[in-house]
Order: sequence, then C-alpha cells, then structure tokens
Amino acid sequence: MTQSTFRSLALAASLALMGGGAYAQVRIAYIDPLSGPFANVGEAGLKGFKEAAEILVNQKGGIMGQKLEFTGFDNKGSPQETQIQLKAAIDQGFRFVTLGNGSGAAHSLIDAVNKWNARNPDKTVLFFNYAAVDPTLTGEKCSFWHFRFDANTEMKMEAITNFMENDKKIKKVFIIGQDYAHGHQVAKAAKEMLAKKRKDVKIVGEDLHPIGRVKDFAPYIAKIKASGADTVITGNWGNDLSLLIKAAKDAGLKSRFYTYYAGGLGTPQAMGAAGENQVLQLTEWHMNVPTKNTEKFALDFNKKYPGVWFYYLRVNNMVQMVAQAMNTAKSTDPKAVALALEDMRFQVDTGEVWMRKSDHQAMQPLYISIFSKADGKTVKHDSEGTGYGWKTLATISQRDSQLPTACIMERP
Amino acid sequence: MSPAILNRGRLAVWGGCLALALALPLVLKSGFIISLLCQIGIMAVFSLSYNMLLGQTGLLSFGHAVYYGLGAFATMHLLNAIGKGGGPLTTALLPLAGGLAGMVAGVVLGYVTTRKAGTTFAMITLGIGELVAACSLMFPAVFGGEGGVSGNRVVGKEAFLGFTWGPQVEMYGLIVLWAFACTVAMFALTQTPLGRMANAVRDNPERAEFVGYDTERVRFLMVILSGFFAGIAGGLSALNYEIVTAETLNAHTSGIVLLIAFVGGIGFFYGPIIGAILVTVMQIVIGGMTHAWLLYFGLFFLFMVLVAPGGIASLIAVQRNLWQAGLLGRMLPHYLAVTPPVLVLLTGLVGLIELGYALLSGDAGVGAGDTATRVLGMQLHLGAPGPWLTALAITGIGLILTRWIGGRLGVAWNATLATLYGDKA
Amino acid sequence: MEFVVISLLNGITYGLLLFMLSSGLTLIFSMMGILNFAHASFYMLGAYFAYQISTWTGFWPGLIVAPLLVGAVGALVERYGLRRAHRYGHVAELLFTFGLAFVVEELVHLIWGKTSVDYKIPAELDGTLFSLFDTDFPIYKGFMMLVSVGMLVALYALLTRTRIGLIIQAALTKPDMVEALGHNVPRIFMLVFGGGTALAGLAGVIGGNAFITEPGMAAAVGSIVFVIVVVGGLGSLGGAFIASLLIGCIQTFSVALSISITDVFALVGIALPEGSQVARLTITQLAPVLPYLLMVAILIFRPRGLMGSRES
Repeated sequence: MTQSTFRSLALAASLALMGGGAYAQVRIAYIDPLSGPFANVGEAGLKGFKEAAEILVNQKGGIMGQKLEFTGFDNKGSPQETQIQLKAAIDQGFRFVTLGNGSGAAHSLIDAVNKWNARNPDKTVLFFNYAAVDPTLTGEKCSFWHFRFDANTEMKMEAITNFMENDKKIKKVFIIGQDYAHGHQVAKAAKEMLAKKRKDVKIVGEDLHPIGRVKDFAPYIAKIKASGADTVITGNWGNDLSLLIKAAKDAGLKSRFYTYYAGGLGTPQAMGAAGENQVLQLTEWHMNVPTKNTEKFALDFNKKYPGVWFYYLRVNNMVQMVAQAMNTAKSTDPKAVALALEDMRFQVDTGEVWMRKSDHQAMQPLYISIFSKADGKTVKHDSEGTGYGWKTLATISQRDSQLPTACIMERP
Repeated sequence: MSPAILNRGRLAVWGGCLALALALPLVLKSGFIISLLCQIGIMAVFSLSYNMLLGQTGLLSFGHAVYYGLGAFATMHLLNAIGKGGGPLTTALLPLAGGLAGMVAGVVLGYVTTRKAGTTFAMITLGIGELVAACSLMFPAVFGGEGGVSGNRVVGKEAFLGFTWGPQVEMYGLIVLWAFACTVAMFALTQTPLGRMANAVRDNPERAEFVGYDTERVRFLMVILSGFFAGIAGGLSALNYEIVTAETLNAHTSGIVLLIAFVGGIGFFYGPIIGAILVTVMQIVIGGMTHAWLLYFGLFFLFMVLVAPGGIASLIAVQRNLWQAGLLGRMLPHYLAVTPPVLVLLTGLVGLIELGYALLSGDAGVGAGDTATRVLGMQLHLGAPGPWLTALAITGIGLILTRWIGGRLGVAWNATLATLYGDKA
Repeated sequence: MEFVVISLLNGITYGLLLFMLSSGLTLIFSMMGILNFAHASFYMLGAYFAYQISTWTGFWPGLIVAPLLVGAVGALVERYGLRRAHRYGHVAELLFTFGLAFVVEELVHLIWGKTSVDYKIPAELDGTLFSLFDTDFPIYKGFMMLVSVGMLVALYALLTRTRIGLIIQAALTKPDMVEALGHNVPRIFMLVFGGGTALAGLAGVIGGNAFITEPGMAAAVGSIVFVIVVVGGLGSLGGAFIASLLIGCIQTFSVALSISITDVFALVGIALPEGSQVARLTITQLAPVLPYLLMVAILIFRPRGLMGSRES
C-alpha cells in the first residue's frame, strides 16, 4: 500500500514539475466533470474546446506563434473538488481556467479565483465561464477576473418573454423547474417579466421538483393539464427535461414547452418524437441557423466524434475572443488579457458578440427555435440523429438581449 | 488502564507522527500536495469519528455525513457572522463550533436512531440522511442552495503569532493540530469505561444488558460523541475549502466515509487514518490521471471486501504478529515471488480498461494525463486489434501466473498462520 | 373528480413499477438477509441488455432474454462474490454490494457510453389505450401494470404452491434442517439471488423505455426500493406490494396538492409565522421526501413494517 501511495505521489509530483516548465503553449485549464453522472456534459465541452482551439486558432497562426491548448481537470461536478483542481492547475502553471457546469461549481471557482488573486497578486488567474448562467455571477458577485460567454438566465428569459409577448394565443402559463438556484431564478424571472409584458396572461401554476430525483412526471403533467395551461416554461435540463416531455406526450398534453436546454447533450435523443412541435428552445445558435463556417465546423465535428454532437457555439466564440485578446494585448498575462477582452466587439457567424465592460457579460444574438421534423429545407439538419431538428421561429438581436446589471466591479 | 495510554513507546509514536506531519510541508512544497495533505487530515478525523460507531460500537450508519455537513455549515455561518470583528485566533477555534453543532445534531437525531441497533439502525440512518440531504436543498437561506455558502478564512487585520491562515501551508498546520488533538481525544475515549462498554455493546448486547448497562444509552452517547468529532472535521473542511455545499451532507459523502473506514480497517483504531490517506490519494491523484478512477476504486474496494475484510490495518497487524513470532522471514520470499505476476496482471487490466475508456471518449488524452497514450508516448490505434490483443495477452499471462504463484503463497500463508495461531486454535 | 381519478391511475401505475423493482429485493432481503445495494444496478443492467437485444432483434425477445441474462449475472455474483463475503458477516456482504453498484455503473459507462441510449417502446405498444376525461392513457402503461400484476401472481404461486417454493421457504428459516434432508442450500440461495436480480432486470426491461435508459438510472431509484422493502415489512411480498402502491399514490397525490405547509398547520389550528421558509414550502416540493419520512416513522413506531412477520 505505502509503496503504491508513494508511487502515485511521485507521479503527481513529476507531473507537477513537468507542468511548471516553460510556456511552449498558451494553456487553459478546463475544470468540469469528467467522471460521474455529468461526465458526458463535461467531455462534450472539452472536445468542443480542443477542436475549436485547433481549427479556429492554431491552424490560423495561433497566439503570437504559440499554440492554444486545453487540458481537462476533473472536478467531478463538486464545488469543493473544483477548488482542489484549481490548485492543481495553478501548481502546474496554468493562469487561465474555464468552467461551465453548475452554478455551485462556478460560484466556488469565482470565489477561489478572487481569493487567490488577492493573496497572490503576482500570479493572477483568469476565469472564463462558458455556460454557468446564474445572473449573480455578473451581478452582485461580479468579478474583474471572470468573463461569461453565455447569456444569463435573466437575459434568456427576457428573450423568451419578448417572444411570448407577441403570441396572443398564450393565455395560461405554467412554470415548472428544478428545486435549486437555477430553477428558482428561472421561475422568478418568468413571473416578473410576464407580469410586466403580458398582464392578460395568467400564471396558473408553479411547481418546483427536486433535481434529478423524479422518475415519473405523470403527476406533474396531470397537474399542468388540470390547470388548463397552454404554455409551460421550464429551466429543466438533462433527464429532468426529457422525462417531463415524455410524460407530456404519454398523457396527450398539447401545451408548448419553452426550454433553455432541449437542444443538446442527449436531450433531443431522449425526447425523440415526443418533442415534435411542442418543445421550443432559446440558444445562441442551432444547426439550422444559416451560418456557413459554423455549419461546416459542426458537421466536421459530428463526423470526427461520433456520438457527441456539436452544441456550444459560445465555446468557439470564447476561444476566438480569448485568442484575439491575447494577440492585441501582445501578452498572456491574465490582467492584460482581461483588459483587452473588456469591451471587445467580435464578429462571429451569427453577428456581433460584445463583452460588456461593466459586468463582463457577453451580449450576442439569440434564437428561439422549435423541434420539428427535418425536411432538408428550413430544417436542413436533424438533431442528434433523431430525424427532428430545430426550426428558427425568432431571432433576438444582440441589442434586444441586453439587460441592466447590478454589478459594482472592484477593479485592480 | 491509564499507564497504557501514557507509556513511553506510545508517546514516542504519537509525537513522531505529529512531528512528521508538521515537517512534511518542508519537503513537499507543491501546493497541490499540501492541498492533498489538508484533505487527508480532514478525512482522517471524519473517518475516525465514523469508526467510533462502526468499529467500536458496531453501528453501521449510512448517514454520518449529516453531522459532518451540519458542522461545516455551522462553522461557515459563524465565520461569516463574526466577519471583520474576528481575528485569526477566533478562526482557528471555529471548528469547535462545528463540533458542537455536530453534537447537537447527534443529540437530536441519535435520540431517534439509537433505539435499535443492527439493520434497523442502518435503515433509519439511511432515511434520516436522505431527509436531511433533501431538506438542505429546500432551505437555501441556511444551506445556500446548490451554490453553497462561502466565506473567507482570513479575517481581522493583524496576524496571530504570524499566522493569518491565508496561505494553504498555514491552514495545513491548523488542520494537523486539530486532527492530532481529535485523534488523541478519540483514542483516549477508547480507553475509558464508555469506550469499553461500547465494545461490549457491539460484541454482545444481551450480556451487556444483563450486567446492568443500558445499551441504548451507550449507543446514544457514542452517536453524540461521534457527531462531535464529525462536526469538527466538517468545521475544518469549511475553513479549508472556504465553501460548504449541500453535498457535504448527502449520501455520497456518507458512502465515502464508510468506504474509507472499511478499506483502512474498522477493527483497528488507526485503520481509518490509513483509509483516509489511501482513498484521498486514489481519489485525487488517480482521479487526476485517468477518468476510469471510479472503476479502479470500485474494483479495489470489491477486492478488499473479498480478500482482506479487515482492511489494510489488519494486513499490517498480521505482518507485525508474524514478525514478532519470527515468521515473517518465511513469508517474505513468497511476497516477493508473487509481486511480479501481480504487476503483470495489473498492467494488463489497466491497459484494457484504459483502452476501453480511450475508445469510449473517442479522443485519447482527454484528461489531465491519460496514461494510455501520454505516459507511454505511443500513438495507439484503437480501432486495430493490436493493442487490445496485447493487453489481453498480458492480462491472461498475469492471471495464470498469479493463480499459480498465488496458490503457493496461499498454502504457505495458511501454514504460517497455523504455526502462528496454532497454540490458540 | 377527474383529477382525482387520473392521479389515482398515475399513482397505481407508478406503484406497480416500484413493486416490480422491489419485489426481487424483498425476496433477497427477507430470504438471505442481504441488503442488496446493487439491486438497482441490476435494474439498470436489465434495461441496457434489453436495449442491446432490441437493436438486434426487436423488443420482444429482449423481454424474455434480458431478465434471464441479468439473473445469470446475479447468480454468478452470488456464487463468486457474495458467498465469499458472507463468511465475513453481514457488513461485508452489504459493502460488497455497495462496491458492486459502483463497478456496474462504471462498466455501463464503459460499454454503452455516458449519455442515454435510444431504447424505444415497441411500435405495437406505442399509442393510446383509452382516453379518460381528455387525458390519454398510453398502452405501454397498461402493459407495465399487466406485467407487474402477473409477476405478483406468479411469484405468489411459485412460493406457496410449488415444491421448489416450499423448499426455498424452508431453507430460509431452517437451512441446516433442509441441508440435512439432502437439499443443496447454497444452490438454493444462488437461485434466490439470481431470481431476485432477474426480477429487477425485468423491471429494467420495462422501465427502461418507459423512462430513460442512462447510466444514472440506478442511482435514481436506488434508495426508494429500500424504503418500500422496509415499509412493507421484511419477508412480505404482499407488504412490498401494498407499500409500493402506497408510495406511488403518496407521491402522486402530494404532487397534485398545491397546498403549503402553512395550510396544513392551519388545518390543525396552528398558525405558522408568515414568510418563514418552512411556511412557504408546498407539499409538492416535499413529495420526494415523504417516502423517507414514512420509512423513518415506520422504523420508529412499527419496526417490522406494515405486514412483516419479524423485526429486521
């Protein structure tokens, strides 16, 4: 036993030593779950980053001649483990980290990065957030050392309710969500915004269920049905979303579902035909948004990694913006990169992405789309091989997605 | 009994351990290793407290994380409440508050759970663990929802004896001191009449009752005390990570502590410490090297249950007995002989598993250092049968050799044990 | 009224699935005294085996073959794992199954990947059986109920009306006597364990496509089956059946009721302070906790469970 312990320690130490050497590349630590129940999400993200770095940066000259590289660190989905992995990454010489899954882990990382930078001003670390959508991360808890490339919950709900404002068929809305921070925020934003924009719409019910614990959603569907809702808003993701949609189909519920996360990471596959013409999503992109480069990138990606479907356009945006910031700053010092990234306006396939200086929240065009049968024309590509794909119903311009922020940033 | 606690040899061992623990950062300067050591210290206290129930009192609990988690939350809330008014000294004493919180939880929950022992106790703790874990997500004001509650352990302006607890090394020192104090206290407890009674209640509750002891009361007291130490461990984790989330009190954490105690050896006081070291290192180091760590971990655990149910500590104890009886020399050649085939077998198995995982994730080298491709530096073509056949062949050879040589080890082992325990049996 | 009827129907359907899941565990738990933590893993294996078979030959062969395969795996586990662990006592047995759950989940990751697999309901069972007050009742749910009830009847008949059933029952209470009569008790135990896991596998075959076949499906139901076995009472198949229906209905109706804790306390005349977090909780939010509450209450006030014949 002691022998093997020693061996593992020695290995870890040698890894750490190797990492401490010269910067042959610009390296970013990817801290996300790579084992355990959310491993599929974490692995899909990592592949996206590696592919984006290779094709969008390294094949186009890299960063000041250096290669951009992503290395995975497994935080097992846990906020505590996130901090351990951050320390491991810093030890190995990483100065940039990225994380996307779970507001808990994101909060933990933003705290840890703030503390680290305060205690080690000569070895600062910068945190790029590609998917954690808790508004407080760019609101009350905003930090100079954190940049978010995804729209936050409130911005997404703003876009959804703007869309609903024009749909006069909507009369009764039911809100269902997972009983944790994200679910609460979605419910709160939906209620506030609907009350402002559509006074005639009645919220006929609101339910929170424990995350990942409900097997049979039939009782919830029965309740939605009894309430007479024609529209359901949910922030659910993963199986909680797939099961909800499946149960709705079983019971013959005809309401429309407005979702955040129906578009990827196995959900289209799990919901299958049950979602047809019933499930809507809000995203920064989907396969049938007419974009030449991204479409090709996605098709190549799907071919290269069978079973993983390209989903995160924002990953590509982030990689390119970070590379450009480093190139303009002519430095890979986190503070210089942060300053260059602030207020950056960057053209991507879907339009302009603007990194707002006041709260480090990216503004970008958003799309509302509906799950429909792939026909080769408007629904050119299906999603995850299901025969169904996303059809754009509305585009929300970058300007329309902006919301004021509560951020009061402490700047170094 | 008291002379036994304070004999010179024991003092030397304890003192040596403390000195070694405090000196480690002088040699291992890597921040990663220090973090690892901090976690080991915390888990050691936690699993020792767990073993007060499982090993000493025979109570199998599936909800021990409740005390750990509540202790952590109490410490964190107190830390935030004191805020700027505190200083490093108050921070250093905060885990005590965690301990008290764990103790209070022990009084409340123990009152319900300790009516019965055995399976009933196990099932009630499972139920209560699930209840508390579920409730923790329902009261975000107290438990901070899934984001948890975070704080800053550096409070106040001036340092205390030069310590602010900001740098990880200082935190490590604090953890070592607390862990040492708790370990001594828990060991002393095993020597008290209560500790002895707990053993009696474990071994033969009926008889203990006949002699006039109230077994329910003994169990209750042990749960309270064990809750206290688990709470201290939780408090230390709150200070160390500066964040406490609901997962600290869920079934997963309860499961991990059970694994740690068992792998280390529940029959020995120091068993859980060994378990804490081993499991934490596996979790973090192997977890950092390969994504298959859960599989390795599970297989290792199954192996331990089937082959060495007394844990690592029991293996060590047997070797010591052999050595004292002068029989270790007889076994050593066999140990040496069996090592190479076992290594061959392991290489083959690890190769197979890593190939499988590499194939699964489509792109080898996903992790922080996937052993299959990066360490060996080979470009393996996973679609071709070559690497698979090689790994399979190595596994097969290893298996045959291990069975063959291992069989001889088994025979020798039984013979030696028969000599060792022959007179008693 | 219509809401009550539909909720009741939902509750019974869910309860029957829970029964399929827990009946095997009850058998194993009551007969061998093993708290099989890996039981839900066998449920997951059933779903994955059935998925694999369905990609080759369709759903129906899988319905038969997958549970048999799971049962065979279970028997092997008993023969080469549990029997060995048994020598070291109950805790070792339990920990063995605990570790087994880990390993099974990881192996499933390894073989079938980390995302859900596309295990579909067969076309002949996909559709609406009948519509009740404008709510559809799918054929597949009817099929699930049928299989579950069939399972109860068959098990009951097997255990009480056949020779092998009698021997099993005898072996459980008086193993030495049965052995002395010339029966191979270890083999009986292996059969019981294999049979119990096969039942879990069957539940997986049927539940896997009704819900979602993914690597987390075992963990999701892992502890609820324990609740059922404990609430129903050790050694009682009937108890497990009643407990399953009870918990199915409790969960369904607690979701259906939109009242808060404040309302509940108001019923008994206690006014809770307004605005506190407890007061704002609704019964719906509490729904998944209720089974555990029930279990703890049962263990405290009636440790032998609803219909159990002995304490655990």
